[in-house]
Amino acid sequence: MTDRLPGFNTLAIHAGAAPDAATGARATPIYQTTSFVFDDVDHAASLFGLQAFGNIYSRIGNPTCAVLEERVAALEGGTAALAVASGHAAEFLVFHTLLQPGDEFIAAKQLYGGSINQFNHSYKNFGWNVAWANADDPSSFEAAITPKTKAIFVESIANPGGVIVDLQAIAAIAKKHRIPFIVDNTMATPYLIKPFEHGADIIVHSATKFLGGHGNSIGGVIVDGGSFNFAGDDRYPMLSKPRPEYGGMVLGETFGNFGFAIACRVLGLRDLGPALSPFNAFLILNGIETLPLRMQRHADNTLAVAEHLSTHNKVSWVSYPGLRDDRYHNLAKQYCPKGAGAVFTFGLKGGYEAGVKLVSNLKLFSHLANIGDTRSLVIHPASTTHRQLSDEQKTQAGAGPEVVRLSVGLEDKEDLIDDLNQALDAA
Amino acid sequence: MNHDNYPNDYIRGILNSVKTIALVGASQNPARPSWIVTKYLLERGYDVIPINPGLAGGELLGKKVYASLKDVPFPIDMVEIFRNSEAAGPITDEALALDPLPKVLWMQLSVRNDAAAAKAEAKGLKVVMDRCPKIEFGRLSGEISWQGVNSRMISSKKPVLSGKGFQKLSLNRP
Repeated sequence: MTDRLPGFNTLAIHAGAAPDAATGARATPIYQTTSFVFDDVDHAASLFGLQAFGNIYSRIGNPTCAVLEERVAALEGGTAALAVASGHAAEFLVFHTLLQPGDEFIAAKQLYGGSINQFNHSYKNFGWNVAWANADDPSSFEAAITPKTKAIFVESIANPGGVIVDLQAIAAIAKKHRIPFIVDNTMATPYLIKPFEHGADIIVHSATKFLGGHGNSIGGVIVDGGSFNFAGDDRYPMLSKPRPEYGGMVLGETFGNFGFAIACRVLGLRDLGPALSPFNAFLILNGIETLPLRMQRHADNTLAVAEHLSTHNKVSWVSYPGLRDDRYHNLAKQYCPKGAGAVFTFGLKGGYEAGVKLVSNLKLFSHLANIGDTRSLVIHPASTTHRQLSDEQKTQAGAGPEVVRLSVGLEDKEDLIDDLNQALDAA
Repeated sequence: MNHDNYPNDYIRGILNSVKTIALVGASQNPARPSWIVTKYLLERGYDVIPINPGLAGGELLGKKVYASLKDVPFPIDMVEIFRNSEAAGPITDEALALDPLPKVLWMQLSVRNDAAAAKAEAKGLKVVMDRCPKIEFGRLSGEISWQGVNSRMISSKKPVLSGKGFQKLSLNRP
């Protein structure tokens, strides 16, 4: 190959996955092993001292997981990535690397309910304090900044409400105040939105969703954009101070523009342990090979279903940025012209009871708490994913009592519309 | 040479052609990047000559340390500058005063001195700036992919084991 950067479809299949050096196996092998034999004692010392590239133990790194890491790094246009056990683990390791007890970070209140719980409750135990801002009002992020603010976190397309976030506006604020800008790109995937091109410094994924895409494996990925200079910045001692774990090595200096990903691996993953199984990495990699094909079909089907629901007499509103009159339509045209994702919410005139009935009556849509499957999925957030939130938080997160969330799959759109019609008729 | 974006073949050509590398700014602290790069390059078969006036006369990773480039009593293929961008100027002058001239002037990741580079190129040296030879070797061989780093390389040909164990790959990947 020449040095020209290959296109997205080519990267989705090839990035990170040369034939196996030992056997020539063309598909990425599942390296189902805990550990790797050292060449000799000195080689072992070099690996433990981070002085050589290589494999030690699958909690820290595994060749199958490494292919997934390089694949996602290439698709996002990052310098490096780290695959972990779940999207939540990805968020946890990112904040563990950036925050000390007593520190703060700012997050958009329009987030996946699980992230809201994680930030509001679990993180309190570590002394990490979240301040909430409004993704629709970038100035609210600037207003929330204090000297203790160490990170800003948003979702590119926010779950569950079909919110498109103005990444460039928030990135400009983060850059002005020299704060790393973290974007959860789970709902968009790099096929629809590439956050590094809009000023993100770090990307996290729940690979469980559209990256894997087949509803069979939990996984998460952290991607380092290489754009934030941690070296010499006292606010981030994990990257800028000599680490006693590694004989005084300064990770942000030693590993340059992929130091953040290395720190998440050798401090976070090594010591906290949420490693991804190589088998899950293999399944997610298989999914990624067809990501561009699937995402376009997901988005096309979703627009058709959303357009149909917007004309249905039992539906009071549809929140999908792909619709021409949606409040986020202009942002969708700017950030994701190929499509506004495959997850959206709509409101039923019949309220909470109608929501429960609709979910019960659907025969093709599966009632479950996931998104980003080949199969079409439905959930009533108020009674499931968002039930632990207060009523006010539910409404703020776009999960009020009348709200139903769909994750539109890859079936024939006529069949999806028929199923929704029969279930609405009966509701 | 466009010093913002080096072709892979240019870097591979350099790393395949040099044998003797004088590393200016060598450190005896194993936590320092210069020590790590010295060790890595020695393990890949390069003859690394540590240069550091404070350590001159002693040994570093089994290699004799010299105070300056001019003290090295044999030809040097490549000078690698592990100092700051300003210091790269006078070190380049020292390198260009050597007889025979080195073939390559390499400035470490974060080190860039365009004036010094122009002088060296005018004398026929190949120049690399703001790159780490360990990272470049890892990228071109495929080793760095084990750490989840984006090597920006794709290939349908298998990487080549270097013959020194299971976890070392050769630069000469098809």
